[in-house]
Amino acid sequence: MCVDVVFIALGPWNDANLWSILKNSMTHTLFFFYFAILTLISSLCTIALRNPIQCTVALLSALLHVAGLFILLHAEFIAAMQIIIYAGAVLVLYLFVLMLLDLKQAETVIHRQYGFALFFSAVLLGEILLALFQSPLFAKVPPITDAASTPSPNTESIGVVLFTDYLLPFEMVGVLLLGGIVGALVLAKQTPRSSKS
Amino acid sequence: MIPLSYYVVVSTLMFVIGLVGVLVRRNFLIILYSIELMLNAANINLVAFSHYLSSMVGQVLSLFVITIAAGEAAIGLAIIVVLFRKRATTNVDELNVLKW
Repeated sequence: MCVDVVFIALGPWNDANLWSILKNSMTHTLFFFYFAILTLISSLCTIALRNPIQCTVALLSALLHVAGLFILLHAEFIAAMQIIIYAGAVLVLYLFVLMLLDLKQAETVIHRQYGFALFFSAVLLGEILLALFQSPLFAKVPPITDAASTPSPNTESIGVVLFTDYLLPFEMVGVLLLGGIVGALVLAKQTPRSSKS
Repeated sequence: MIPLSYYVVVSTLMFVIGLVGVLVRRNFLIILYSIELMLNAANINLVAFSHYLSSMVGQVLSLFVITIAAGEAAIGLAIIVVLFRKRATTNVDELNVLKW
């Protein structure tokens, strides 16, 4: 269902009817809470479920709902990249390795020191939320911006920024991906010594 | 219209869920999933601020984050495959070769 929403929202984006649905404040709020709550529930399932396959599916659901949040934020290009790269490539890779590994052992899921971990995570959450609630930003509702106020299409403006101001980081990320490919190949390659013996 | 702070709260909760996952779970794959969750929380923050400041820089940065996450997934999975070949486990508590 989420995928349907994403595809509908991605496709005829200049369609006035479709956009007016999302521009409606009530519907927008409804969609936000749907995506936010489902994101959090799926994230919880990702770390709480026992079966790694179920964890993968929960992570997939979380990533798709995050893509929905991106669409609500008028970041259609990032939403498409999120679905293509995360859901399309990374999750399939994870699932492939998971099938390959054949984890038969009944693992003890929880770490021994989970009490400390939960305590300090709760402290961190409390600190961040406290800082957030006390900031003047929290109660401020920003002005309504719709698609008409953004000057150019999302993808075009991302491209302009990416290939002017951020050209050097872009090239560096390319080199990093090359290093990642070479590193993954070198790591996963069977060494001749171990393959002979 | 949704205030910016709602997005920040969602992102914070997602980040802490990922942090708990990294600290509590013992399966290497689930730890990698939790790291993906934390990176996604950062992405939500970046895109939300980019929208409300009407600047494209946040979205460009979140593109970089997605790229780095893909590279991290590839390297992490290669490490898991090598470890599983040697030790036949993905439990991080049993992987103590580097511990002194």
